[in-house]
Amino acid sequence: MMKLKKNIPLIDQHDKFGFWGGKFGGSFIPETLKKPVEDLTKEFQKLRKNKKFLKQRDHYFKNYIGSPTSFVKLENLSNHLGGAQIWAKVVSEANGGAHKIYNATVHALICKAMGKKYIVGDTGAGYAGKMLSMAAKKFGLKCKIFMGAKDIKRQKPNCDAMRKNGAEIVPVYSGSQTLVDAVSECMRYWVSNCDNTHMCVGSTVGPNIFVKICGWSTAQISRELKVQLKKEFKKIPKKIKLINCVGGGSSAYGFWSEFIDYDKKQIELVGVEAGGPKNSKLHAAPLSRNAKIGILHGAASYVCQNNEGQIQETESISAGLDYPGVSPIHCFLKDTKRARYTYATDEDALDAHQMVTKFENLNPSLEPSHAFAEAIKIAPKLSKDTIIIVNSCGDAKKDRDILKERLGKKR
Amino acid sequence: MNSSLISQAFKNTKKEKRPALLTYTVAGDNSKKKSLEILKSISNYADICELGFPHNTPIADGGQIQTSAYRAIKNGIKINDVFSIASQFKKSKKNKPIILMGYYNMIYQYNENKFIDKCKKSKIDGLIVVDLPYPENKPFALKCKKKGINFVQLVSPTTSKERLKQIIKDSHDMVYYISMLSTTGGKLKVAPKKILERYNKIKSLDKNKNIVIGFGITEKTIKSLKKADGLVVGSAICKEITNSINKRQNAVTNVTNIVRKLRNKIK
Repeated sequence: MMKLKKNIPLIDQHDKFGFWGGKFGGSFIPETLKKPVEDLTKEFQKLRKNKKFLKQRDHYFKNYIGSPTSFVKLENLSNHLGGAQIWAKVVSEANGGAHKIYNATVHALICKAMGKKYIVGDTGAGYAGKMLSMAAKKFGLKCKIFMGAKDIKRQKPNCDAMRKNGAEIVPVYSGSQTLVDAVSECMRYWVSNCDNTHMCVGSTVGPNIFVKICGWSTAQISRELKVQLKKEFKKIPKKIKLINCVGGGSSAYGFWSEFIDYDKKQIELVGVEAGGPKNSKLHAAPLSRNAKIGILHGAASYVCQNNEGQIQETESISAGLDYPGVSPIHCFLKDTKRARYTYATDEDALDAHQMVTKFENLNPSLEPSHAFAEAIKIAPKLSKDTIIIVNSCGDAKKDRDILKERLGKKR
Repeated sequence: MNSSLISQAFKNTKKEKRPALLTYTVAGDNSKKKSLEILKSISNYADICELGFPHNTPIADGGQIQTSAYRAIKNGIKINDVFSIASQFKKSKKNKPIILMGYYNMIYQYNENKFIDKCKKSKIDGLIVVDLPYPENKPFALKCKKKGINFVQLVSPTTSKERLKQIIKDSHDMVYYISMLSTTGGKLKVAPKKILERYNKIKSLDKNKNIVIGFGITEKTIKSLKKADGLVVGSAICKEITNSINKRQNAVTNVTNIVRKLRNKIK
């Protein structure tokens, strides 16, 4: 039976071939990438034990990203809904407006350490791309961002930011022209240029090492939260629910990593996937809608696919969640029953966005709005001493066009 | 596996003092019937035929093969159709080796054992799985070997010396050397001399292994690499299928012409 180990970070609980629980993850990569992936694995292994590197990381997390991000009670929303207290970890305060900056900064530092001058990355909502372009600029690296043509259209503000930071956006026209194709094209580019280029995968997906680096980077979120919880409540409260949206799953892992060893009766982990439009058959919710295990972008995970193994098109209002696969570590958390996964539809997310912005001085993007939808749904049924914490991991500035179109407002 | 059709093909071409010509086409491109016709026709000039089973997220393929794969999938090709194309091909060309090539998820969904059994039944001679590298592929390669199917290992310019030794040692009748850091269909960005230098180093590890070179091989570049045991042409062929469709010309004739020309360049 699959079991979680205690006192070992989840990112390190894999076997020698890189599989969590014996079946999720791995490195299904073309031969050409074996060497660069091995080099990166060794380098990361070394760097994460290197005090100087850790000091550097902490320096940039604090002075560049702006850690810690705040932890606030959503008083009005809690009062309006009744029941549980709703709190938010406002990760969108991080430099650039989302959690993607952690992974981007760490990758840029690794790239520097490896002596490479070029960095490439994929992006869906454009946040991973924007942050990578920021970090590249900060550390003097040349940057290329691969982005689906459909996403370029719907996330214009982030594209403008990337260009302003001097990054080249490479539009991807193949397949569904969204994140899945951007990741494929980025990997292809790396196959052809791995001798002088470092690749950053934008989430806890891809070959094993990329899952680890990303999870190691976003884990900062829960380290901060743990301190903040103790400060606010004197000790870790008895009933907590940590609610996070899940696309690839990088912010959710970062939000949860310090709390995985706790009993789930004390700290429940709830992941909310993108259910897509209410009446559509398409979605981006492989965990909560029981997709089969498959191999996508170098890792085995639950994947939206057909019987033959062709990757299914997905649909979601939120470009950042619009991905057919999911992190192998979330598959592991699902199968060990440590986390619970559900989904919210496009409409649920829009409603939640409206409600949160009405009651609070908070502007969650469409991705965390999925998490808020679940919080809003369950809060009224829960006791007053239950602490719901939502990771508000992105800012809605990038969604202004979609929000205007769907809700008729411009912020 | 000394008696395999694949090693036989190399024996024949060595007798003729030329490299084997390996072609790659995608099953079902642009229809089941057409792709079988193309396969039969080009096999008059090709020594070994690689047949791709298309996947819609091909992370190691460039534009030409992607286009062929998307076209085949759009036309409704299913994995069982791929097997039926292969087995029909074998009915008329029973001594021509055929190698299936594709991505692991398709095999995983079909079930490894069932997939290998089906290969056996369809008289498939070998398998190339792009995203199942060594040593992860060892158990699967062993299963293939037990059923008399060649598992073709890939090596590339980034493969370390130590790894090369192990891969060559565990390989079957044929090893595929990727000429350069590239997806399929890239422009040959390394000098042929350099490619052959590396190639010879690999070859020196075990002279008895048949090592073919692929990626970036076209009518223009094929002659410069003819010292290899075999040369694979894929994207140039897929591109010709696309061109023929766009010009409403007969793809079978056009593709066959290209393969004939390729063959003439290495005689």
